[in-house]
Amino acid sequence: MRIKSTEIVDTFAEAFEMWGTRMIITADAPEWADAAAQSVTGFATSVIGCKCEAGIERVLSADETPDGRPGVSVLLFAFDPDGVANRLVERVGQCVMTCPTTACFNGLEAKKNVVVGGKLRYFGDGYQIGKRLGGSRYWRIPVMDGEFVVADRFGVQAAVGGGNILISGTTSKSCLRAAKAATAAMREVPGIILPFPGGVVRSGSKVGSKYKELPASSNQAYCPTLRGFASGTDVAKGVGCVLEIVIDGLTLDAVEEAMRRGLKAAARPGIKQISAGNYGGDLGKYHIGLHGLLKRKTAKRKSS
Amino acid sequence: MSLKLTLKKKPSVPVEAESICPDVMEGLDLKQIAALPLHHGNEQVTVGDFFKVTGKSNGEIRLEGDTSRFKMVGDSMSRGRILIKGSIGQHVGVHMSGGEIIVAKNASDWVGPEMSGGRIIVKGNAGHMVGCAYRGGQVGVTGGEIIVHGNAGNEIGNTMRDGLIAIGGNSGDFTGVGMLAGTVIVLGKMGWRNGAAMKRGTIVSMEDAEMLPTFTYACSYRPNFLRLYLRHLRDAGLPIKDAWINGSYHRWSGDSIALNRGEALIFDR
Repeated sequence: MRIKSTEIVDTFAEAFEMWGTRMIITADAPEWADAAAQSVTGFATSVIGCKCEAGIERVLSADETPDGRPGVSVLLFAFDPDGVANRLVERVGQCVMTCPTTACFNGLEAKKNVVVGGKLRYFGDGYQIGKRLGGSRYWRIPVMDGEFVVADRFGVQAAVGGGNILISGTTSKSCLRAAKAATAAMREVPGIILPFPGGVVRSGSKVGSKYKELPASSNQAYCPTLRGFASGTDVAKGVGCVLEIVIDGLTLDAVEEAMRRGLKAAARPGIKQISAGNYGGDLGKYHIGLHGLLKRKTAKRKSS
Repeated sequence: MSLKLTLKKKPSVPVEAESICPDVMEGLDLKQIAALPLHHGNEQVTVGDFFKVTGKSNGEIRLEGDTSRFKMVGDSMSRGRILIKGSIGQHVGVHMSGGEIIVAKNASDWVGPEMSGGRIIVKGNAGHMVGCAYRGGQVGVTGGEIIVHGNAGNEIGNTMRDGLIAIGGNSGDFTGVGMLAGTVIVLGKMGWRNGAAMKRGTIVSMEDAEMLPTFTYACSYRPNFLRLYLRHLRDAGLPIKDAWINGSYHRWSGDSIALNRGEALIFDR
């Protein structure tokens, strides 16, 4: 299958079940909400190395936030609800509570909730104040610019991590241009994040390593410099650069839609091929076929 | 179609009408509803003696006519809705735990005493003791919301422990007396001795207020949590100004004769 001059490889992205949440960070001014959001999503590219994956979903106008101030919507994913809870407590405590004028609210209505503000409140050392309004509980923690308001609980739900596409370009320049177009298109989809820097990752990995202590290592199959001698290369002739875009989403539909838009946006002159990363189909719960996406088919869900 | 109770004759003395409650009336046919007991002075009467009963029992009750002498409507209500087209007597929503009561005109004293959930909206004025504990009780309101669009009398939120009471107009003396927690918001002016003996909780007023000498001034600041409350009340129909949402408030701590963890937030004009 081709889109214009770009070949779409008949393969699938192997995605995994994760747990996700959404937090709404607000502040007196957009720059402070953004500062907290940048901080809270720092060092959160891969769940393997960072314990969670997080990113900015979108910027919110004042009329979209619970307290009527400018805000940012952030998604965070981990392997299980406890992992989400622990990362939220760490990151909201260290990166949002510390940022001037901010407040942090739950942005996901879900059947399952984890306690966040209910743990952070102890920072108030007995001076914290609990408030209940409209079925939600909030904590007011005294800080040096007034109070930090944080939701007692945050919703968590089963989510999808590791949707991806691999863009193979003739040059680094053309590949970056395509990746940029793809990330811009993907970010229009609600409920997803692209956890890597700028939404793009160059160090695609495979499971395992010749060094026993490493759980993952460089995916030589997509390293253009190794095409000449590495076993099992997937780098097509004439390709000088491969970039990956990883997508995490609150739902499979959102991840699929992001991948579909990304495929279409990345297919352009200078891009020889677009493929997807998988592990042979044995590890991930979801197999998202690229051809199926373009034919508007839903992804195949691996039977468990 | 909801159940409609239309007043046939105004009682000569107050009527205790605990039976007028969705929990009691739901699932009954019109004949059974008309036969439910009311207490008219020292005499037991029936709903049918005072009301024409029409419609269908589906969890919503409409009261039509001047029901200002009917007390304890919505007693222990846990679900459903009562729409009162006129005024209502004392103790409306007593011990309520869920559902919604809307009073189109005025409510007498003791609106929602010791309620634990649900919502009462009074479009007119309310009397004394809105959201209070009964005399001798240790704890008043433990949850839910009471929103009065007009004025209210004395001792609003006496010993409340949780929930929200909002008064669109002025409140009388001893607003928030003995509060244990929860939130009282008065958009107008409060009377004297507000927050006396309060342990915790929040009293908010948009007008200047004379604080008791046992309250200590802290600072003027912008309480972000209040934005949530004021936006919530705006959605509920109270005329909340943007200046109140975005503005600063003087924070007073008190009452030092009690735990001293309560607060009064007075809009800083």
